[in-house]
Amino acid sequence: MQQLTGAQSLVRSLEQQGVEVVFGLPGGAILPAYDPLLSSSLRHVLVRHEQGAGHAAEGYAWATGRVGVCMATSGPGATNLVTALADAYMDSVPIVAITGQVPSAMIGSDAFQEADITGITLPITKHNELVTDIERIPAAVAEAFHIASTGRPGPVLIDLPKDVLQATAPWRADQWPPPMDLPGYRLPGPPSMAAIRAAVQLLRRARRPVLYVGGGVIKSDSHAELLRLAEMAHAPVTTTLMARGAFPDNHPLALGMPGMHGCYPAVAALQEADLIVALGARFDDRVTGKLADFAPRARIVHADIDPAEIGKNRKPDVAIVGDLKLTLAGLADTMATTGGPRGGPGGSAPQGGAEAPDTAAWLAVLDNWKRQFPLRYSQDADGPLKPQHVVERLSALTGGDAVVIAGVGQHQMHAAQHYSFSKPRSWINSGGLGTMGFAVPAAMGAQVGRPGELVVAIDGDGCFQMTAQELATCAIEKLPIKVMLFNNGFLGMVRQWQELFYDERYSEVELGTAIPDYVKLAEAYGCIGLRCERADEVDAVLDKALAPADVPVVVDFRVHDREGVFPMVPAGQPNDAIVLGPEFTEQEQRAATRRDMGREPSNGEPSMMRERVTS
Amino acid sequence: MSTHTLSVLVENKPGVLSHVAGLFSRRAFNISSLAVGPTQDERVSRITIVVDGASTPVEQVIRQLDKLIRVIKVAELDAASTVERELALIKVKAEPERRSQLLEVAEVFGASVVDMSPSTLVLEAVSSPGKLDALLAMLDSYGTCELVRTGRIALARGSDVITKDDTESYAAESAA
Repeated sequence: MQQLTGAQSLVRSLEQQGVEVVFGLPGGAILPAYDPLLSSSLRHVLVRHEQGAGHAAEGYAWATGRVGVCMATSGPGATNLVTALADAYMDSVPIVAITGQVPSAMIGSDAFQEADITGITLPITKHNELVTDIERIPAAVAEAFHIASTGRPGPVLIDLPKDVLQATAPWRADQWPPPMDLPGYRLPGPPSMAAIRAAVQLLRRARRPVLYVGGGVIKSDSHAELLRLAEMAHAPVTTTLMARGAFPDNHPLALGMPGMHGCYPAVAALQEADLIVALGARFDDRVTGKLADFAPRARIVHADIDPAEIGKNRKPDVAIVGDLKLTLAGLADTMATTGGPRGGPGGSAPQGGAEAPDTAAWLAVLDNWKRQFPLRYSQDADGPLKPQHVVERLSALTGGDAVVIAGVGQHQMHAAQHYSFSKPRSWINSGGLGTMGFAVPAAMGAQVGRPGELVVAIDGDGCFQMTAQELATCAIEKLPIKVMLFNNGFLGMVRQWQELFYDERYSEVELGTAIPDYVKLAEAYGCIGLRCERADEVDAVLDKALAPADVPVVVDFRVHDREGVFPMVPAGQPNDAIVLGPEFTEQEQRAATRRDMGREPSNGEPSMMRERVTS
Repeated sequence: MSTHTLSVLVENKPGVLSHVAGLFSRRAFNISSLAVGPTQDERVSRITIVVDGASTPVEQVIRQLDKLIRVIKVAELDAASTVERELALIKVKAEPERRSQLLEVAEVFGASVVDMSPSTLVLEAVSSPGKLDALLAMLDSYGTCELVRTGRIALARGSDVITKDDTESYAAESAA
C-alpha cells in the first residue's frame, strides 16, 4: 500500500474530486501542501492577496456551477480569506477553502501566525473542520465538496495543522470516494406534490401573479423550467440582483429587477400582486423594503431548498421545500396536465383541460407601467459621460453575451439595471454582503472557468482600488479580463446617500479621478490601459477594449460624478415610497405614487387597478 | 414566560458546542438554559436547550439548528408530556436554632442534605423547574449563601424516543 504524506493525500484528494484549479498563496504552515502541487495535475493560480483567491474561487463557482477552491496559510493568510468566505456564505456560493494551521502541539499557544480560523469563520461558513488526524484528510475533502455543492450551496473551510500535512499514512486507492460520515446532513427529498398542486391552484386563480425569482434558479440550473412555467402561467417575472440572467430581459413577461434600485414595473407589480411565487429567493430587505408594507395583498408561494428560509421574513400560504429544478418542473407539469377553475369567485365556471390563467388585464397594466416609467437617464452628445450609457453600449456591442461581473455600488446597480441579460451565469456580483473589491478577482476566477469567453468586469474606482493588484495575476496567467472602470472620483453610492439623506454634506467620499492614473496603472501591471471621456468615444473605445487580447484591458471611463442611481426606495421605507428620480417630472412621480393613493383601507382593489382592469 | 424545550442530538465531536452556541449568538436568539451530556451511544451527545418563545422565533431556531452539519436531530418536547428536571446545590445559612425548620422545608421539597457545617447546610434538590423555584423562594428567607443550578434536562414520557435516525416509538421498534 502506498504511503502518502498528509499534503500528498490532500492534493490527491483534490485531484480525485475533479478539481482543476486552486487559487492561493503559500506561507509557512501550508508549505507542505505546496510541494506535491508541483507534480500535480492541478492548476494553481498564484494570487497577490488571499482575498483575491477567495473571490476568484467565488467567480469560478458562479461562472461554472462547480466548486471553487482557494488555499492560504495560517494566521493572516487565513484571515485574509474571511471576507470572501462571508461573501460566499451570504450569496450561497459553493467554495472550499483550505488553510494551513500551526502544528497541533502549538495550537492554543499563541504561536507565530496562529489564528483560530475555524472559530473565526464559524458564523460565515456552511461548515468548517479542523482536521487533526491524517487518516481523515480524504473524507474531510470529500465531505467539504459534498456539503459545499449540495442543498443550499455555501463555503466550507478545512483547517490543516502543519504536522498533519507532514505525517504519513497509507493511501487506499480503491477507497475513493471515501465513506462520508455526515449523520446530521440530510438533503430535502423531492418537493411535495400536494404543495405543488396547492401552488398551481393559487396560480390558476390569481389575477395579478408575479414570479419573484432569486439566485436559487441560477444555482439549480432551472432557467428552462422557469421559462416554461412563466409562459404557461402567463405570469410576469422579476429577477433579483442574484438572479439577473435567469430569465431573458427581452422577454415580454420580464419586469426587470425588483428592490431598492429596482425597475418601477417590478417594484410596483410586487406591491400590487395578489399572488407572489418566490422561487429560490429569500425576501431580502433590499427587495421587500419595509417588510410590514411589502406586497400587502399578496398570497405567497415560497419554494426554496432551505427550509429555514420558509417563513423567516414572510409567512407563506404554500411552502415547497426541495430542489427548485424539480419544483419548477412539477409546477409546469401540473399546470399542463390538470384543469382548474378559471378565474376566482364570481368568475367563469370551472373548466377542464389546461387552460392558462387569465392575466391579460394585469399584463396590460404592467406594459403600461413599462412604457410610463422605464429606466431613464439623459446622455447629451457633448455633456458629461453617463455610466448608464456605457452599460447600454456594452450590452449592445456584446449582444448580451458577455459574462459580466460587478463590484458594489452605483456601477453595480447601473450594470444590473441597464445590461440586457439573456442567459444564466452571465451575471456575477456580491449581492448579500456587498463586498467592495469583488469584481476584479471574481472576473479572474470566471475567466479561468470560462476560458475563451468574453469576461467583463464593471467596477467603480473605489472598489477597483481595493483589489486591483490581481491585475498582475491576470496579466501573468494570460487571463484577458476586460475591466470597465467607472471612474467618478467618488465613493459614489455613499455620496448619493449623503446627497439625499445628509443634506449634501459630503463627508470623506471624494477619491479624485486623477490619482492613480488608471491607464498608467494598467500598463504598469502589464495590461492595456485605455481612457474614455466623452459619449461619442464610447463605441470606438469599447471596440478596442473588447477586441481579443492576451492580457487584461482596463478602460478608465471618466463618468459624471453627480449621476445617481434611480429609481430608489429609501432604506427602511415601504416600496410604495419609490422615487423615480430627477429624470421624471413631478407629475409623473405623482402618477407613479398614485397607484397607491386613494385606496380605501378595507378595499382590496387599488383604485387605479379598478379603472384599468374593468374599463 | 412561554418556554420551549428543545432536545438536540449532536455528533460527539470537538467544536460542536461552539457551533450550536455560535448559532444562537449570531442569530440573536436567547438561551434560557443549556445542558450537554453524552448519550448511550458514545458517538452522540444530547443538548437540551430551553428558549423563551416570546423573544425568540422557536420555529426558526429549530430550522437553523437543523442546518448545522453536526446536528443530527432536533425535537421540540411538548411540555405536557415531558419529564423535566433540574439539579441545584444550595448553601443556606443554618444556625442551630433554625436548622430543624430548614430540614422540614427540605423534606417537603424532597431535597436532601449533602453537607453541614456549624453555620450552613448544603442542600441538593432535583426537581421540576417550577418546584425548584418554589424551594429557592422558601430558602431565600433563611439566607441563601451560594446557589449552583444545572440547565434543564428533559425526556418525553411514554415509549416515544428521539433517535439518530428518526423519532420513533421504541415499542414499535422492538416489536419489529
